[in-house]
Amino acid sequence: MRQLPTWKPVLIFLVTFSSLLYSTPTILGGAPSWWPSWLSSQVISRGLDLQGGLYLLMQVETDKAVEQSAENLVDEVRGVMRQERLRYRGVERKGIDSVIIKLSNRSEPEKMRSIVKREFPQTVLNEDISGKVWTVSFTPEKIKETRKFAVEQSIETIRSRIDQFGVSEPTIQKQGQERILIQLPGLEDPVRAKSIIGKTARLEFKLLDEKGDLSGALAGRIPPGDVLLYGEEKNRATGRLTRQPYLLKKRTVLAGDLLTDARVNFDQQFNEPNVSISFNRQGARKFAQLTGENVGKRMAIVLDKLVYSAPVIREKIEGGRAQISGTFTPEEAHDLAIVLRAGALPAPVTFIEERTVGPTLGRDSVEQGLASILIGAAMVLVFMIIYYKGFGLLANIAVIVNVLILMAILTVLQATLTLPGIAGAVLLLGMAVDANVLIFERIREELRLGKTPMAAIDHGYAKAFSTIVDANITTLITAIVLYQFGTGPVKGFAVTLSIGLLASMFTAIFLTRVVLSMYISGRRLEKLSI
Amino acid sequence: MELFSSKSHIDFISKRKLAYALSLLMILTSLGSILFQGLNFGIDFSGGTLVQVKFHTPPNLKQIRTVLSSLDLGDVVIQEFGAPEEILIRVEKQATDAKAQSELSQKIIKTLEPIADQNSVDLRRVEFVGPQVGQELTEKGIMAVIYSMVAILFYVAWRFELRFAYGAVLALVHDLGITIGFFSLMQKEFTLVVVAALLTVIGYSLNDTIVVYDRIREEMKRFKSKDLTFIINEAVNRTLSRTLITSMTTLLVLVALLLFGGEVIHDFALTLFLGVLIGTYSSVFVASPIVLILNKKISK
Repeated sequence: MRQLPTWKPVLIFLVTFSSLLYSTPTILGGAPSWWPSWLSSQVISRGLDLQGGLYLLMQVETDKAVEQSAENLVDEVRGVMRQERLRYRGVERKGIDSVIIKLSNRSEPEKMRSIVKREFPQTVLNEDISGKVWTVSFTPEKIKETRKFAVEQSIETIRSRIDQFGVSEPTIQKQGQERILIQLPGLEDPVRAKSIIGKTARLEFKLLDEKGDLSGALAGRIPPGDVLLYGEEKNRATGRLTRQPYLLKKRTVLAGDLLTDARVNFDQQFNEPNVSISFNRQGARKFAQLTGENVGKRMAIVLDKLVYSAPVIREKIEGGRAQISGTFTPEEAHDLAIVLRAGALPAPVTFIEERTVGPTLGRDSVEQGLASILIGAAMVLVFMIIYYKGFGLLANIAVIVNVLILMAILTVLQATLTLPGIAGAVLLLGMAVDANVLIFERIREELRLGKTPMAAIDHGYAKAFSTIVDANITTLITAIVLYQFGTGPVKGFAVTLSIGLLASMFTAIFLTRVVLSMYISGRRLEKLSI
Repeated sequence: MELFSSKSHIDFISKRKLAYALSLLMILTSLGSILFQGLNFGIDFSGGTLVQVKFHTPPNLKQIRTVLSSLDLGDVVIQEFGAPEEILIRVEKQATDAKAQSELSQKIIKTLEPIADQNSVDLRRVEFVGPQVGQELTEKGIMAVIYSMVAILFYVAWRFELRFAYGAVLALVHDLGITIGFFSLMQKEFTLVVVAALLTVIGYSLNDTIVVYDRIREEMKRFKSKDLTFIINEAVNRTLSRTLITSMTTLLVLVALLLFGGEVIHDFALTLFLGVLIGTYSSVFVASPIVLILNKKISK
């Protein structure tokens, strides 16, 4: 036997010992009180499927954001025309990214052209053959910018809403061009979180068209410049909801972007919650002017196209405070206050993928996963000792160190352990002994050929080596593909499998060999326990 | 202890016709089932909503079906999930807009609560996949399988020879085909997790095949004058004990996972279990004889 270089056992000791240090907090379920503070107390982070939580993928409808800016452009064009005293027949939105200006015979095209060019730089002007219908469209850059801004603004708004709702360690990130991925671990009430995240929260004040023909509008004849919206009314006695139609002026006289605060109050009479909002100075001035000009008329408070109430304006309201009443539960009022404070989303969002795991299922999964790991491991360990005796014990040491290394690396990388990840670990136990099985079978073969124990060991390891490498590399290839393709839990599985495989090559080939050499050095081996 | 005779000289090659017949039968059955019955795609691919709830006491499935039918959801599957209190509800994708679909889970819970003991249910899990995402996941799944096959083809061709690479990939197609066929035949739900398990089966089955191939390569060097039939037989026999032991240890843990891992992981474990069984069979009876066939073709 050649002399064993000292660095080999030292390396194994170091790896094993540090793995043990890093995995102890996880094994004990959190660092114990006596655990020295200078040691890592990190534990393996558990995926949403193990600790419960919400995974949401949503699509920002950026078309709507573009449409909204076209809608704003309509107002701006009107404003400029009025300011410059230009005559025109009409201005309206066309498609999602254009505004049409209809000229009258008394319009001054020359002057208008230069003003449009000056006032609206990020647009392209097209005139039809008659020269009477102009189309002002956003440039592709402007559209792209609007879309991008809508997604970024949505992320900011949602982050602020989630922070106010109180979720620890949320993940909110952009995915692709128009998607947002949200992961909220350890959530007790995913349904509520979803409603807070997904609400557009566009607050608008609109005047009622009291002269308009509501029944005509319900039959489909909506007067120009009007819009038909609905409100829900709850009968206090029966609790039944009824839909109430409202014919409103299309123009939004005041919007929620001028809010500074929103709070939950309780109504004195019915002890029902409502949300009081305060405007900033500009909003307050607008609100005062608006209420002053429209005393006696009704104004609707509209949130996301739903009319919450339409009170009669009794007097001019100074101070910039208003109240949104409706049939809220205290939670709903609280959540509404949150979304109003955080502001509206620049565009509506739709959930396109959702995975919620309740906290109880997460707990069950951890328990069942651990149980199957322990049982599976016990069966393999017992089998190896029965089948390979002394060498089986050697392989078992390798497997245990393998698991320790895997846990330590997962801890250090702060990789997320998922349920398929646990399954990967279980599977790995079965496959980790494979390298040793290959080596041991080879040693047995060499012994049968009449080689001495030492020679058999040498040959066994040497011949099995390339097989093990080839076999493991191909498995690694599939693990890498899995990682590329997979979503959360599947990725976790790929990570566990890859790290475990690499660790198993270290333990099954290197570690067993060194331990074996240490055991047999200085002994005269007549027979191997294999 | 040895379970398998160390001097086994089973003539696998001469029995290959039998193996071909068996494989062909399994593949044709699988193909037939996939063509005529199709796969029972889970919501990951077809889009839809899955809600898992736990009742305090075992509920009446019929009653659940009745109250849910009032929601008019179209095709609804209601089943027990591992325990009588645990109920899984699968709803196909709705014709309504995505918003209504994403609020569906809430509606289902609200409908179930009145008929539940103590008027409450524990929401265990909700999965909602929009049709767009479903399609993307399908494409990704197919691409993942193709990519891994191609990567393996190159690696094996580089490390061994091209005919080995063909053999390895054909064996993989064989294993995947039969495993997917099983899912079609049993109409078991085909989900993203099952695809992940299939990719793992690829890794495992290949591992087995490579071990045998490695031995064939070694025996080819040792017995230069012998014909390939002898060499392949020798290689398969010499590695037989290892092949079976490794399968056994792997199957042992998979059984533990199947029995104690819980319902959520059940299909994952089942796919692996099947895949490992078929993969073991194919590395002995499919992957190696294919090398022989390809060899004959080449030398002709």
